Amino acid sequence: MKKVLSSGIGAVAGLALVMFFLVLTFMIFGQPVGASLKAMYVGSVADWNAWSKTLVKMTPLILTGLGAGVAWRAGMYNIGGEGQFILGGVGSAWLAKMVVFPNLALGGLTLPALLLASMAGGAVWSGIAAWLYLKRGVDVVIGTILLNFIAKYLIEWTINGPLQEAKHQLPQSDALPQAAMLMRFDRQHDANIGVFIAVIVAVGIAICLFATASGYRLRVVGASPSAARANLIPSQRVQMMAMLLSGALCGLAGGLDYVGVSGQIGIGFSQQWGFLGIPVALLGGLHPLGILASGAFFGMLFAGSEQMARSSAVGTTLIYVVQAAVVLAVVFARGIERKVLPQVEAEP
Amino acid sequence: MDLVLLLGFTVPVALAALGETIGQKSGVINIGLEGMILAGAFAAAWAAAITGSPWIGSAAGLIVGMVLAAFSGWFTVVRGADQVVVGTALNLLSLGITGSLFRMKFDPTKTILKVTKVPTLGDFVPWVKTSLPWMERLDVFIVLTIFLSVFLAWVLKRTGWGLAVRSAGEYPVAAEAAGFSVVRLRMGALLIGGALAGLAGAYLCLGISGSFAENTTAGRGFVAIALVTFGQWRPGWVAAGALLIGFLESLQFKAQAAGWKVPVQFLLAMPYVVSLLVLVFIGKRTLSPAALGQPYRRSK
Repeated sequence: MKKVLSSGIGAVAGLALVMFFLVLTFMIFGQPVGASLKAMYVGSVADWNAWSKTLVKMTPLILTGLGAGVAWRAGMYNIGGEGQFILGGVGSAWLAKMVVFPNLALGGLTLPALLLASMAGGAVWSGIAAWLYLKRGVDVVIGTILLNFIAKYLIEWTINGPLQEAKHQLPQSDALPQAAMLMRFDRQHDANIGVFIAVIVAVGIAICLFATASGYRLRVVGASPSAARANLIPSQRVQMMAMLLSGALCGLAGGLDYVGVSGQIGIGFSQQWGFLGIPVALLGGLHPLGILASGAFFGMLFAGSEQMARSSAVGTTLIYVVQAAVVLAVVFARGIERKVLPQVEAEP
Repeated sequence: MDLVLLLGFTVPVALAALGETIGQKSGVINIGLEGMILAGAFAAAWAAAITGSPWIGSAAGLIVGMVLAAFSGWFTVVRGADQVVVGTALNLLSLGITGSLFRMKFDPTKTILKVTKVPTLGDFVPWVKTSLPWMERLDVFIVLTIFLSVFLAWVLKRTGWGLAVRSAGEYPVAAEAAGFSVVRLRMGALLIGGALAGLAGAYLCLGISGSFAENTTAGRGFVAIALVTFGQWRPGWVAAGALLIGFLESLQFKAQAAGWKVPVQFLLAMPYVVSLLVLVFIGKRTLSPAALGQPYRRSK
């Protein structure tokens, strides 16, 4: 009970902190505070139209946040969510080109297959980074960042090459037939059942991390490498698994974007979702349920900021400022690095 | 392909990577490098647009880079916060601030802000244009980069301050025992890194493109971080690595001119692929500073 109470207080304090920095950012950048807040409200939760946008944005934020959280918990600084998200999109678009378009009669298997392909795509990309670190000593941060850029050019190549639409005009893939896409709540809006998948996955990861032996081992490896060694936990294997899971989650975010919203991949397929998952994870305290909450909340802010951008020169970029400011404030206030994040041990 | 054009592509990455080398030698990995370059680029373009002077612009870039370095160092060095977390936040902060200011201060429909470029040797000495055409585009930044790649190697290897900085990165307790302040050494190294990152950004706008666009750095900061490992924390080798990256970046122009039948994305991805491959082959025998990435806290 005490624990529930304190995490409740933490959530309220976090909310207050974000609102404080939101207002402060508006003031510093000379935006009218009242009108801006109203636009944020109108754009995120005022009606079903706004809610639809919020739901569409929180889905990838929750999943990439979970992806970052799982890897960071295991002591692997996966900054590569962006590349893994992209590979998720490429993976499912590739499968669609191979299997779905030639024979549409796959029926109920189509969606699970496409989503599995997206997870495989993301996992391959994070797996490369993990392998480079564990076997070749390439720093995870550097490896995953470089792979982000390679992914960016990879998707650009595929939509101009092997995965380009049959007409060969625009740099994009063919649009999925409506029948092969995730169910939407209504025809007018992009919101779809993908958001339920994100929520279920978050709960699933929470259970895995805190109620299973593998989850426990993952946390030990991240929190105390020496304790992991003393207890004969195979650190390398655990870290590899954590990275694969992390990449699969980020890839799934890309896959859900593909089968849920866009139906095709093109230029600007990812709007920094993989990158923005990192602050979401940090502000969620690297806890799956915290990430669920912070992903939902930042989904609202990003949806609201688009409304704001209609009447002002700025919008989404201000939310970047708010996210960064809140992360730094949390670093300052709690010293999260000492409690949650593991210290990387020096080589003896 | 003239040599100076190649050096022009090399300079921003080389300056940033040399600064990062000093920082990492002192034990601080600055993931926020990309953000510092971006902020430096924006400040330089803004100041140059207002004053019309690329020199004032460059100074503004340098100062903003140092301010961000001090800000970041206050978290990571003074308060011992996690360097990856703070660096990631700094990148996001810089992307948000420069993006917002750019859209507010300049016509948002006009995505590119034009500024006066840094003068080159050809502008000062007219006869160079006719008699030594390959020297025409030589400018102060190129000379500075070549100088720094030698000078910083000397500073690290031969001066007392360099020794102290290296000890702060290898074994901070020993540095402290020898009477140095690890916090001061690391802050100093980080400030040099910030100054060079700011200059790198300034050169992107005022030396190469003559313009600023949102997110104009396009990941060069991250390449620079990889280059430090690539060059095994030796300024000369880091600069040589930057030259290779500059060459790979210039390949796309060469390919266009020669009409190569290679997808342009392959060429664009080359700097990142080659960086990664080099890191793979360097493997585990790295000369990484032992205390790299670890916050130092004085024991009580």
